[in-house]
Amino acid sequence: MDQQTIDKLLSLSRLSLLPDDREKLLRDLSSIVGLVDFMRSIDTEGVEPLAHPLEVTQRLRPDEPDTSFDQEHYQAIAPQIRDGLYLVPRVVE
Amino acid sequence: MTEWEAVIGLEVHVQLATRSKIFSRAATTFGEYPNSNANAVDIALPGVLPVLNGEAVRMAIKFGLAIDAEIASSCRFDRKNYFYPDLPKGYQISQLDQPIVGRGTLPIFFGDGSIREIGITRAHLEEDAGKSIHTAYDGLTGIDLNRAGTPLLEIVSEPELHSAAEAAAYFRELHGLVTTLEICDGNLNEGSMRCDANISIRPKGAVILGERTEIKNVNSFRFVERALKYEIDRQIAVLESGGKVVLETRLYDSERDETRSMRSKESSDDYRYFPDPDLLPVEIPDELIESVRVTMPELPTAKRNRYIHELGLTDYEAGRLIEDPHGARYFDAVAELSVNAKLSANWILGNVAAALNRDEISFVNVPIAPDQLGTLLKRIQDETITGKIAKSIFELLWTEGGSVDGIIESQGLRQLDNTGELEGVVSQIISDFPDQVGQFREGKEKILGFFVGQVMKATNGKANPKQVNEILRRELRA
Repeated sequence: MDQQTIDKLLSLSRLSLLPDDREKLLRDLSSIVGLVDFMRSIDTEGVEPLAHPLEVTQRLRPDEPDTSFDQEHYQAIAPQIRDGLYLVPRVVE
Repeated sequence: MTEWEAVIGLEVHVQLATRSKIFSRAATTFGEYPNSNANAVDIALPGVLPVLNGEAVRMAIKFGLAIDAEIASSCRFDRKNYFYPDLPKGYQISQLDQPIVGRGTLPIFFGDGSIREIGITRAHLEEDAGKSIHTAYDGLTGIDLNRAGTPLLEIVSEPELHSAAEAAAYFRELHGLVTTLEICDGNLNEGSMRCDANISIRPKGAVILGERTEIKNVNSFRFVERALKYEIDRQIAVLESGGKVVLETRLYDSERDETRSMRSKESSDDYRYFPDPDLLPVEIPDELIESVRVTMPELPTAKRNRYIHELGLTDYEAGRLIEDPHGARYFDAVAELSVNAKLSANWILGNVAAALNRDEISFVNVPIAPDQLGTLLKRIQDETITGKIAKSIFELLWTEGGSVDGIIESQGLRQLDNTGELEGVVSQIISDFPDQVGQFREGKEKILGFFVGQVMKATNGKANPKQVNEILRRELRA
């Protein structure tokens, strides 16, 4: 884990950090990667990968629409709304 | 001069025709007021959890069975992470390495009757994103999340298509299949099927693939063909002038009929996929697959074979009829009643198609019920009416409705099969036109058409043309 990797992760996550926090994040992430490296060294030959910690499977929902929700209720907490649209700072690829 | 070969693979996103979304119970109806179909899950409020729609799973299984693919006995959902405002969670729920549908094949048919089997690598379930509206909001972007969470089946082909026409044929075939299966409404102008293409060029016979470009979001049969044709020519021109094709995403501009670079892929996308902890593994027991199998309709390939080999239609007729599942269903009903498949195909691809075209409607709302058209064709065959009268009854049925037999009786359209009556009409006409009779007797056979026309006029089109011909020839020679 180096500064360059931190920069890439920050950019992918759209996060910025105070300079003082960089060292701490670098240390924390390095120790997490260290833990993963340690786990990798364990022989898992013949062990089936765990898909989910819960030993249950997905329940399937019937295809029945529910339109009882209130759009205005959700839009009340949005900073800007017009014609039913949520307005956000302009994004163009 | 090098001979080039294009290598094309398509990724087609098919919106599944469920009533509710894949992970929420909001409705999937198209064209609603912005965000009226976006509930707490779709707008990603904290604390909400996705619950999988069983119908989306059944539809994916149905597709898998149709392309003879292996259906996973267990599959999983993953998070594909990227930031864009029309994806409020910050990730799309998709399937990375455990797709629900594995490898299969789709036969595609060409106009000349040839068939090619195209490999389908996989098909997986995922959710659609919302829509961003960039115009008219003072430099702000408007977000409509009605589409967010609509179930998609992403169908990935092998890079086995070698021309723009082949790619368009594949897209068309896929469209026919998913609409026949009724897992997608097939409405291209509402974005129900969207296509991305990966394309590269190599010298013919080469094994190694050239550098590829990706064309995003081409949403009609015509544009798939035109965009790919443009891109193939562009890549060949680059290579022949000594240049290099650059790995990039390009956008097709249908107005200018060209592709333009959208973004280079130098920093390859990094979606940091990982299993979605909010969703449990999906088990697909055999009983579920079997319960879908019993709902399978006749598939386009089987239908085509039946039309050609059992009903004696041409490749062209069969191809045209199965293009639209509603059209094929209409044909099946008409052909069964009229007991003449060929005549039914002629009428449906001729008169019916022309009238649909004229009135800009589709087979879903043909104004003439199949049993009426079937009866009409039966009345031509049992010689109750002439083909000419049938055409005018058809127009009447189309614009005003009613029943074929009712119209024949009430308007007295029954064909004249009384020979005596017809002979009377013929001798009257012969005596009315002595000059023309003279010309015929001098060997001007063509003048017969004139007499046939006169007889038809005198009988309001109700005379049997074959009979008219016979009587005319006999009487004129007398």
